[in-house]
Amino acid sequence: MNAAVADRVRKVPGSRERAGDRLFRLIITAFAGIILFAAAALAWQLTRESLGTWKAFGASFLWTSTWDPVNDVFGALPFLYGTAVSSILALLIAVPLGVGAAVFLTELAPKNVAEGLMFAIELLAAVPSVILGLMGIFILVPAMRWAGAPYGVGMLTAGLILALMILPYITTITREVLLTVPRPLKEAMYALGATRWEVVRGVSLPFARSGIIGAVFLSLGRALGETMAVTMVIGNTPRIDFNVLQPGYSMAAVIANELAEAASDAHLSALVAIGLALMGVTVVVNGAARLMIYRLGKRA
Amino acid sequence: MNEALYARRKRLNALMFALTAVCAAVASGTLLAILGYIAWKGASSLSWDFLLHLPKPVGEKGGGIANSIVGSAKVVGLAGVMGVPVGVLAGVYLAEYGRGKFAFAVRYAADVMNGVPSIVVGLFAYALIVHPMKKFSALSGAVALAFIMIPIVLRNTEEFLRLVPGTIREAALALGVPRWKVTLMVILPTAGRGILTGALLALARVAGETAPLIFTAFGNRFADNGWLNPIATLPHTIYTYAISPYEDWHNQAWAAALILMAFVLLVNVTARVWLRPSSGTSH
Amino acid sequence: MTTTMDMRPMPLPAETTASKDAAEAKIAMSVRNLKAGYAGGAPVLKGVNLEIREKTVTAIIGPSGCGKSTLIRCLNRMHEAIPGATADGEILIGGRNALELDPVVLRRAVGMVFQRPNPFPTMSIAQNVAAGLTLNGVHDRAILAEAVEKSLRRAALWDEVKDKLDAPGVGLSGGQQQRLCIARALAVEPAILLLDEPCSALDPIATGRIEELLIQIKEQLTVVIVTHNMQQAARVSEYTVFMLMGEMVEYGLTRKMFTQPVDKRTEDYITGRFG
Repeated sequence: MNAAVADRVRKVPGSRERAGDRLFRLIITAFAGIILFAAAALAWQLTRESLGTWKAFGASFLWTSTWDPVNDVFGALPFLYGTAVSSILALLIAVPLGVGAAVFLTELAPKNVAEGLMFAIELLAAVPSVILGLMGIFILVPAMRWAGAPYGVGMLTAGLILALMILPYITTITREVLLTVPRPLKEAMYALGATRWEVVRGVSLPFARSGIIGAVFLSLGRALGETMAVTMVIGNTPRIDFNVLQPGYSMAAVIANELAEAASDAHLSALVAIGLALMGVTVVVNGAARLMIYRLGKRA
Repeated sequence: MNEALYARRKRLNALMFALTAVCAAVASGTLLAILGYIAWKGASSLSWDFLLHLPKPVGEKGGGIANSIVGSAKVVGLAGVMGVPVGVLAGVYLAEYGRGKFAFAVRYAADVMNGVPSIVVGLFAYALIVHPMKKFSALSGAVALAFIMIPIVLRNTEEFLRLVPGTIREAALALGVPRWKVTLMVILPTAGRGILTGALLALARVAGETAPLIFTAFGNRFADNGWLNPIATLPHTIYTYAISPYEDWHNQAWAAALILMAFVLLVNVTARVWLRPSSGTSH
Repeated sequence: MTTTMDMRPMPLPAETTASKDAAEAKIAMSVRNLKAGYAGGAPVLKGVNLEIREKTVTAIIGPSGCGKSTLIRCLNRMHEAIPGATADGEILIGGRNALELDPVVLRRAVGMVFQRPNPFPTMSIAQNVAAGLTLNGVHDRAILAEAVEKSLRRAALWDEVKDKLDAPGVGLSGGQQQRLCIARALAVEPAILLLDEPCSALDPIATGRIEELLIQIKEQLTVVIVTHNMQQAARVSEYTVFMLMGEMVEYGLTRKMFTQPVDKRTEDYITGRFG
């Protein structure tokens, strides 16, 4: 037997197998490299294609409000405004709703009921945005008109649809964080004679705060970049109106509407510049969200 | 104890929880409302003719969305062919060799990609393929969707690979199996169910994407003709029909939405059932 | 065959030479000045010397953290599978230093069974046993079927599973799973089988079955077993190694060591005066 071992051990030159490992590692490293390459290519393409706009208008592109493709004069402020307003409205509606739902599902609902409802809420996140837009056009817009909005379409309408889209994120993340609140903390408060709501307010929600803020940033990232649902109901009017019932426009929507028919290179470049700005904002917002959730992970 | 104060606190307690219950009802009821409404509106226009026929010329009534269904299958399928291998293999890289600066950069890039709005991904595919080729195409749409899929598949793959117990790897290594074979033929199949489900969910997700297709796949009212020509897709058809002025098209949009929604739901529910712990591996 | 061997049994270190019997069997593996640990940590093995004799069972005992697991994992270089692990010294097998061989090849000659049963969850019983062969490119059904039956018989599992070879390996009981893992290790026909506390997750009856089969398979190959259970060492092994704080304290015939230990520390451990 020993001799057999010796034979086997001697026969093998040694590194044939390791060559396979090296090759494999090389191949999958290359695949990982594709990710880096793709991300870099995205940033590079958008920068290159929008260079004309930055050269012609500089940073003032972002704070002037004339959008005139016929005369090649471009200012993106109305779109920035519409994106910001509709996203903030969405947060104002969805955050209380989502946090409330999460509190109910964690603190009050029986476990199997909570799981069923959570499943429905998570599926809501899977509904394609074009379908939400469809619901928006044919249900929400007439409803808004009935409620007194002059056109039905408008920034509040877009905010409502966006709220539905981000509601699942806020609910899911908040619930996950609430589930990690240590029992002894809550029990200490109950022992002082606090009501359930007082425990939620005094212990659970403060404990979950940074998780909820993370969820808010994550949702904001989604809302800022959402295209279809907004395009279909915001009214697509490039102007700045402080009345949220009035139509507006968003960054994503103007790209969706005008790019395929962009008449001139300058027009195309301006649209790509809006895309680049949109990407910059979402990267920052998502980074902030990750930071909050990462901090939470460290504390837990 | 002050009785009046206590009663007030109890009333506040009841009131707040009633409010949270309303929140939960709104959040979860919305899905049911959406599903019910789509089923009701869509079913009335749904028929075999609708599924199997091409659209009629603009202005004529009737016609179907066969080209959109085929187009979606083609674009999403090609996106999967491009995106799933890249996502899975890069995920294998991160799970197996994912320390060091390069891995950190890859993870960071994937996070950034994951957060990029899909319309911006569409812009990228436009600048990369449509603009140089001077032509909308199925290919450019598929590239955009693949770009969206990659980070999702990658993260999912890495997570499921990390769930494979180290003892499984040890067992295979101790049999004198080279590491690359251990990874590909033992570890990957062990995580296979999770990775596959993740890839399916990613496919379902991009099957509903419209924004990146508007100026890449573009849409087409005729039977599909190859990868390098404009192609109709289901979500894009829903969009164009929804914003059109024709009542007949609106009805068709609802029917198409029903089909898309059914597909997305089917995949999501299947994934959920598949990944139940009880039906998973015993580890 | 034996003429190809260039190794002769080494004289045992003076303080542990138990008797002349010790030199009777040929040496399968010889460890010299083995140092091992983890990058940035304190050394786990501080220069271990010992011989493993052919077709015997050698037990490695010692308190938790003494380095016995690290030692056995060095023998087929599974130690290296842990990131940051380091090993230095000589492990002579067939005249060559195992630390300089291709670990993949070494592991085919030196198999290993782990503390917890770890059948491949995606594979059937038969596929598990054949895994070492199929993963290395053997696909002939007849050869595989023969290897499966032979290995399962050697692992004393054949009678229990012969009617359900296509059932999942993870569906077996803990003790059966561990014997399945032994069969899987045996299927690649290793010359040496290492077992790292193979019974620590099993009940006494399952443990007994594994001990019986170890005594049987040593007719054909060399067995090294790490155990925290001194009775188990006494039951199955001819030779025992006592480890303490990364050093080999005593090495010799099992029956000698358990009756007349040479070193005071061994005596303390065996008589239970140690943690």
